[in-house]
Amino acid sequence: MKNYIIKRLLLIIPILLGITIITFSIIHLTPGGFTTVNLQMDIRTSPDSIARLKSLYGLDRPLHIQYLNWLKRFVFFDFGNSFLDGRPVLKKVAERLPATLLLNISALILEFFIAIIIGVTSALKRNSFYDKSMTVITFIGYSIPSFWLALILMLIFGVKLDLLPISGLKSVNFDFLSSGEKIIDILKHLVLPVFITAFGGLAYISRYVKTNMIETLSQQYIKASYAKGLSENIIIYKHALKNSLLPVITLLGLSLPGLIGGSFIFETIFAWPGMGRLAYESALNFDYPVIMGVVTMAAFLTLLGNLLADISYAFVDPRIRYR
Amino acid sequence: MKKMIWTGGIILVFFLCLAIFAPFISSYDYKEQNINLRLQPPSSKHIFGTDEFGRDVFARMLYGARVSISVGFLAIAIATLIGVSYGAISGYYGGLIDNIMMRIVDIILTIPVLFLILMLIVYLGPSISNIIIIIGLTSWTDIARIVRAEVLKIKNFAFVDAAKLIGLPKKIIIFKYIILNISGPILVYIVFGISGAILTESGLSFLGLGVQPPFPSWGNILTAGKDYIHTAWWLVLFPGIFIFLTVFSLNILGEGLRDFFNPKLKRE
Repeated sequence: MKNYIIKRLLLIIPILLGITIITFSIIHLTPGGFTTVNLQMDIRTSPDSIARLKSLYGLDRPLHIQYLNWLKRFVFFDFGNSFLDGRPVLKKVAERLPATLLLNISALILEFFIAIIIGVTSALKRNSFYDKSMTVITFIGYSIPSFWLALILMLIFGVKLDLLPISGLKSVNFDFLSSGEKIIDILKHLVLPVFITAFGGLAYISRYVKTNMIETLSQQYIKASYAKGLSENIIIYKHALKNSLLPVITLLGLSLPGLIGGSFIFETIFAWPGMGRLAYESALNFDYPVIMGVVTMAAFLTLLGNLLADISYAFVDPRIRYR
Repeated sequence: MKKMIWTGGIILVFFLCLAIFAPFISSYDYKEQNINLRLQPPSSKHIFGTDEFGRDVFARMLYGARVSISVGFLAIAIATLIGVSYGAISGYYGGLIDNIMMRIVDIILTIPVLFLILMLIVYLGPSISNIIIIIGLTSWTDIARIVRAEVLKIKNFAFVDAAKLIGLPKKIIIFKYIILNISGPILVYIVFGISGAILTESGLSFLGLGVQPPFPSWGNILTAGKDYIHTAWWLVLFPGIFIFLTVFSLNILGEGLRDFFNPKLKRE
């Protein structure tokens, strides 16, 4: 097991190298760029000043040298400074991360909670009307364009009924509220985005839970428990539930990378000050250091999440042995 | 399972017909402006109302169906072509080639897809052909993986050995004998892929990076309408319902087909 983890951790290095090379190539080999977009419209710009700017940011050097320079700094966790405002990339990410984490973790908890209930109850009442309607409802969540649902719900709950705030993380008068009111204020802002995010993910998890539960219920030891005369509640909620939920842990590991990569469409609608918008703004403005930083961090978390999922799988299922 | 395939299929065919027969269904021109009739609510003349330039929304939805659905189909056609060849080669040759090819897939899978699409569109420009190519180029990895796994399973079957023995060239063995036998799972991924591509295009449109006006797509009709959401609800409601119903029909069709091609479920 220890060797396996070390091997997998070492494998992250070449994959990260590949990802950074691909991202670097895309942003530097495509037409347009930081200097053209931000300066060409300005009548005072001369070819000379563009050249000076390029040399200031090191953009005049050959691509492989630029990449190696980036890599050298990356090894020491230095992602450089943003082209737009000159602040360190890590600082910009650190500012945006809490909002995204707050939204995604709340949504993830709600999503798993509801999906497990739906999955287990559907498995118990298999092929019933309840089971079928739950399938349809979760499928609707999976198919509905989230930004459209967001617009409609904002219109109903935010504007028509005036129950919930429709954008941002805090109200304008946030600083003047007492600490209790502050929490309520943030919670109110969370309701719509969290609900919509969770709704979209229900189908996949609840189906997974349901399949697992059905499989567990058909196992020999469940039949043996019935034969032993245990009550149905004990069998279902103690023996079957526990065993069918173990594989769900791996799904949690796989959702880890999604936690920091906020959806930029979603964050744009709700004016949510998160990672998705940072990525979106950096791509629109050709802010190379921020793009590289965000992609590398997201990729690293994805790899880590996959590894955690695999390890936890072996942890909960002793039949699995990694070498 | 059969019910899912039928329901999904019928809704999908309905929308395909809307797209194909657009000129026969509505007599309005999707780009004809009439400022006197701007932002009219749905009526017997304009059943989905009119937009901010007085254009008939129903006509725009019909022609938008052409754009949105063909973006979905063409993008996934590209993805399928790449994914099937890639997965087949990787699975059939195995060994070092397979190892290298699959590590490349791992790398691509680790980059956040939507962000990759966003970057490419910002840098290459949001023309319809660019959008199709970019979505196609970023969604072939799932198909490649499933094809590889199926090829690995099937390549040791006796009929493949027999084809090798009679001296058929590798190309024919791979594409005629192996791919034809796994067309079921491939079809499932194609159907889910199309629904994903339609959603991706509408999401990009929402950011102003999808299909550009004056060409209508469901996504950009919705996006243009969101500025008038307080007064002209029909501009937002109808495109959303069209996108949702199309994606929903594709998803239940895909789900039904998945069960249909799953030998484990057939026995029950």
